[in-house]
Amino acid sequence: MNTVLVFLEAKSGEPTRISLEALAAGAQMAAATGAELAVAMVGAATGAGFEMLGAARQVFAIEDPLLSEYTADGFTASYAQLIEQVKPEFVVLPHTYQVRDFAPRLATRLGRVLISDVTGIAMDAGKVTLTRQLFQGKLNGHYHAVAHAPTLLSVQAGAFRAEAATVTQASVTTFTPNLDAASIRTKPGEPFRAAAQTVDLASAPLLVSVGRGIKDEANLPLVKELAEALGAELAASRPICDAGWLPMERQVGSSGQTVAPKLYLAVGISGAIQHLVGMKGSQCVVAINKDENAPIFEIADYGIVGDLFEVVPALTAAVRKAKG
Amino acid sequence: MKIIVAIKQVPERDARIRIDSAGKWIALDEIEFRMNESDAYALEEALLLKEAHGGEVVVLSAGPERVGQTIREALAKGADRGIHIASDKLGEYDALGVARLMAAAIADEQADLILTGLQSDDLGLGQTGVILAELLGIPHSSLILKIEKTEAGIRVLRELEDGWFQHIEMTTPALLTIQSGNTRLRYATLMGIKKARSKELRVVEADAISVDAARCVSLDSVALPSRQKTTQMLTGTPAEAAAALVEKLQQEVRVL
Repeated sequence: MNTVLVFLEAKSGEPTRISLEALAAGAQMAAATGAELAVAMVGAATGAGFEMLGAARQVFAIEDPLLSEYTADGFTASYAQLIEQVKPEFVVLPHTYQVRDFAPRLATRLGRVLISDVTGIAMDAGKVTLTRQLFQGKLNGHYHAVAHAPTLLSVQAGAFRAEAATVTQASVTTFTPNLDAASIRTKPGEPFRAAAQTVDLASAPLLVSVGRGIKDEANLPLVKELAEALGAELAASRPICDAGWLPMERQVGSSGQTVAPKLYLAVGISGAIQHLVGMKGSQCVVAINKDENAPIFEIADYGIVGDLFEVVPALTAAVRKAKG
Repeated sequence: MKIIVAIKQVPERDARIRIDSAGKWIALDEIEFRMNESDAYALEEALLLKEAHGGEVVVLSAGPERVGQTIREALAKGADRGIHIASDKLGEYDALGVARLMAAAIADEQADLILTGLQSDDLGLGQTGVILAELLGIPHSSLILKIEKTEAGIRVLRELEDGWFQHIEMTTPALLTIQSGNTRLRYATLMGIKKARSKELRVVEADAISVDAARCVSLDSVALPSRQKTTQMLTGTPAEAAAALVEKLQQEVRVL
């Protein structure tokens, strides 16, 4: 029987949210193709995180002391060995930084190519079409796998809805990979945070966020004034923090903070996917951008197409007037 | 230290995206091309390492004739020589196929380090470098912000999610994919541009490289994304649009 094998990522022994989204995507594919659903996660089979995976027919706990900290070599070898044993039709992974690090290597070892960062899966008469974004979200590409199984895909955060799992006691099989310490060629250090956070963007109800469109550090007062008028915190997209115009702790996106405020007002932000994943849960998104085709407008509730250097001062004035 | 930097020429970031008549890619006729952003940072890291420790920086790029211009730009910034895998139909290869071409083109180079950008601004696969590492049988690390040379090899700073970082020690030869933004990019000087003209640029025809070009995945079509939300566009003069937005923020969003 065909199998869809989903690899989950664990944090403190529990599958992460995006992993459960990958599981939902895998379950959807299994249901549509009449395949069996199998799940695998690194950890001890006795771990609490495995209990909630009962919906799957097979649950594998990949266990080895060499996997206690992530390395591309260790994960690639272990995953490849489990795939060799299960012989799945599809392998589904969450598109995390960790998966991005090793999954292309895993696919290569299997003589396959990973279809990464998938946002949509369509199944029609046995043909599976996978959609992913191109040009930072300005375009969608529709892909299909040409060669033999397995087809490997990673799914984008937020693209699939993680259903509340029906909790049944899963029967967990321990999978012990054949690993050799000498085959792990990187030595990872302890993860650390650069600096203590002094701004908690996640708890701010209103955010004014600024991107590349502001062009120059000298123009920042424009958006600062708007934020002040609204009583909003100031946030930014990556290029602004990279340039050192605002501190890293104000960065929203996959490498920065994830926010879901009542209002997210994006100024001069085109909306690359790395940014969108950090803010698309916002209740109301307003976008001001000169390019009417900017991807930010795809998720905006209100949009103003125009020159931010004219629109923002006008908006600041209008807000001040409204507030009296 | 001998460093190979793999760079890609991509449509300029603000390029207007129009779909071509076949519906398979964007129309390229009015597009300006430039060096992929994270690849430019990879080049910068390579040049900094060379300045600190000596050695050679070799740039590698694949694509049609126009790619030569991007390679020259890298040479003008300080790279020592270039390798151009020439092909007018690179789109027919998938990421594994392109990485196989690259592996073959640099097989005799014996580099200590191979750097490339994290991902391309057009396809955004973020895979070619990692695949290349597997093909060459060398370790890799991705999302790298800093590289230090050590006794045994290198120590790199890797970006993790949500503002976390990690140091990783590894032996060389190794492949690293570089994240944008950690350094300031240099400009080519007039002297650099002049010197670049006489630097070696080896052209290898892709068709002459014997690799397995059979695709594993195929990009069938491209389409403009449909809006996930119905966006209300507020039009008029800046003052009119601003007034309309303030009204929405008061009456509908209720945040004012």
